[in-house]
Amino acid sequence: MPETVPKVGLFVTCLVDVFRPGVGWAAVKLLRDAGCEVDVPRGQTCCGQPAYNTGDRADTRAIAEKTIKAFEPFDYVVAPSGSCAGMLKKHYPELFEDGSALKASAEALSAKTHELISFLVDIMGVEGVDAAFDGTVTYHDSCSGLRELGIKEQPRKLLATVSGLTLEEMEESEVCCGFGGTFCVKYPDISNTMVSSKVGHAGETSAGLLLAGDLGCLMNMAGKLKREGSPVEVRHVAEVLAGALDDPAIGENG
Amino acid sequence: MDITSPAFKSNVKRAIGDKQLQRAMGNVKVGFVKKRAAARENLPEFDQLRDQARDIKNHTLEHLDLYYEIYEKKVEATGGSVHWAATAKDARDIILEICQAHGARTVTKGKSMIAEEIALNEHLEAAGITPVETDLGEYIIQLRNEPPSHIIGPAIHLNRDQVEASFRAAHTHLPDDRSLEEVSELVDEARQVLRQKYIDADVGITGANYLVAETGTSIIVTNEGNGDLTQSLPKVHIVCTSLEKLVPTLEDVSTILRVLARSATGQEFSTYTTLSTGARRKGDPDGPEEYHVVILDNGRSDMLGTEFQDMLRCIRCGACMNHCPVYHSVGGHAYGWVYPGPMGAVLTPSLIGIDQAGHLPNASTFCGRCEAVCPMRIPLPKMMRHWREREFERHLTPRTVRTSLSLWAFLARRPALYHLAASTFIRALKLLAFGRSRLKSAPFAGGWTKYRDLPMPSGRSFQESWRAGGDE
Ligand code: SF4
Repeated sequence: MPETVPKVGLFVTCLVDVFRPGVGWAAVKLLRDAGCEVDVPRGQTCCGQPAYNTGDRADTRAIAEKTIKAFEPFDYVVAPSGSCAGMLKKHYPELFEDGSALKASAEALSAKTHELISFLVDIMGVEGVDAAFDGTVTYHDSCSGLRELGIKEQPRKLLATVSGLTLEEMEESEVCCGFGGTFCVKYPDISNTMVSSKVGHAGETSAGLLLAGDLGCLMNMAGKLKREGSPVEVRHVAEVLAGALDDPAIGENG
Repeated sequence: MDITSPAFKSNVKRAIGDKQLQRAMGNVKVGFVKKRAAARENLPEFDQLRDQARDIKNHTLEHLDLYYEIYEKKVEATGGSVHWAATAKDARDIILEICQAHGARTVTKGKSMIAEEIALNEHLEAAGITPVETDLGEYIIQLRNEPPSHIIGPAIHLNRDQVEASFRAAHTHLPDDRSLEEVSELVDEARQVLRQKYIDADVGITGANYLVAETGTSIIVTNEGNGDLTQSLPKVHIVCTSLEKLVPTLEDVSTILRVLARSATGQEFSTYTTLSTGARRKGDPDGPEEYHVVILDNGRSDMLGTEFQDMLRCIRCGACMNHCPVYHSVGGHAYGWVYPGPMGAVLTPSLIGIDQAGHLPNASTFCGRCEAVCPMRIPLPKMMRHWREREFERHLTPRTVRTSLSLWAFLARRPALYHLAASTFIRALKLLAFGRSRLKSAPFAGGWTKYRDLPMPSGRSFQESWRAGGDE
């Protein structure tokens, strides 16, 4: 655990910014509870994955440069998303030429960037949260968080400390939900097959709430569940951990 | 074989609508995954072996010329010959020439993806030579005139009923009322039919999992033992292979073999690992009189020294497709050529061109499961992204995608403008939503709302509410 009060720059992510600002506030609360000072630099936009994954390196680099600069003053950069944190941490350094000044800055950013829940557990040493949820939940392991950043136990560890909450694992929790950024609109038929299988597995549990750590996956799964008329609700894991349950679940009426 | 990769999207539609295929894929996604996981669990040094296997191949690829010099000398010293084929056509011609020189009428074939790649069967048939597949899966799809749908289980898309129907249609010399209920009965029948073919064949063609430089040996790995009869009974044995199969020593092979079967089927070892070195020597009780190795390039040497070199480490274990949710959704035929799944998404564009195979590296969520299980630690998602970069550079990316991307990127590079646009976007969505918490259809997101609802923003943008100094 850091000795002084760490200055955390919150990388909001473009989806949280637009679709679910409550996740940003939940992140702020969790970070403050863990003893961090939080700020949200205005120089950030999106991590650049839409360009990066379309093969547009020039635009990705330009966006990365903005992000790197925006977060220079902070001790840590924390994102409520494994996918966006993975982009900053694993992919930004690959964008710049070896030996260049920008590469060094990208590596510096990489070293201080973390996904929210793993930051709380692994860096801040958070052992538990002060929150309650009465019911059974299930958890989807989003791909980048799981495979790029090794996020698996951290959310489960904190969820276990939410009073009243039971976690019931679903089959194939580590299999992709079919979101994949632009993939889900470029190949809607494949994406639909994947998300159908995913929500099928969630529905086989007795959980009334499906959680994950990435809003893209969450909107995909929520959109599918609601289309199917399923009663299963969907939230970002940070909302439950922060006790921020006032907003209706994703896609639900208030 | 016809390339249908450009029609990937319609192939996908057909595959998803095919109930029987979907059932078959359902078995793939559970069976292979569990077996590999168990095999890995039982071998604590598995991941270390993966590192070693990767290093062996990397080293070989860096010194390919050197090792091929040694290899070629060894093959010649053991009475065999090496033939270099720059293109698929060259390989077909070389093989046909050898067959014709021996007046071959039938050839038996062990499983070879390279033979699929060069469409060898069609070519032999056109020249009046009958190829007989001896691997059960390959035999089945040959009867059905289909391409393989998986690199280690070519008939994995079929069920027992379909196989029975194909056998009844093809083996008309057998009694109609015979029972073919059990899988074992099907296997027995195939064995019985094939037995005579082994004896009649003039030439035996196999693939190679590995070529060994220090000994000039070629190695095949099978579970049926069909390869042994294919290569030892006929007078001539042709090994049909490609240039990335080389490894320096037998010791190296044994390291790689320890990860191959475990990754592929979860077996510790395949049932048969067969080594062939040269032609029959004086005094040998059996073996072919001639031993030819045809080594195909077909675009592979162009991958050396590029961002795609790592792909040449592939040992064709199939683990990447066994774990791929896209492959599970659509099966192998949808990919439209010989190599499906993640390895196909990287290799196919190298071999037939990105203009033909552009969909393949795009049809991935980059979930990373393939890379996580690849025994050779090939960074498959990264290389799919490299293909997207090549497409983007060559302006092959669809225009609509380019236009919306550049508009979005214009904003993403200008934070002040971007935040304004985000707020405006939210207001526009809210107008459109008319108080609803989600949309059933949205003109700008048809791909999304075709199958799922679109959740609406739950408030103003986070940036806006943060600047305003507080929670909603
Ligand atoms: S890419 Fe890797 S996992 Fe896929 S077939 Fe080749 S070696 Fe096996």
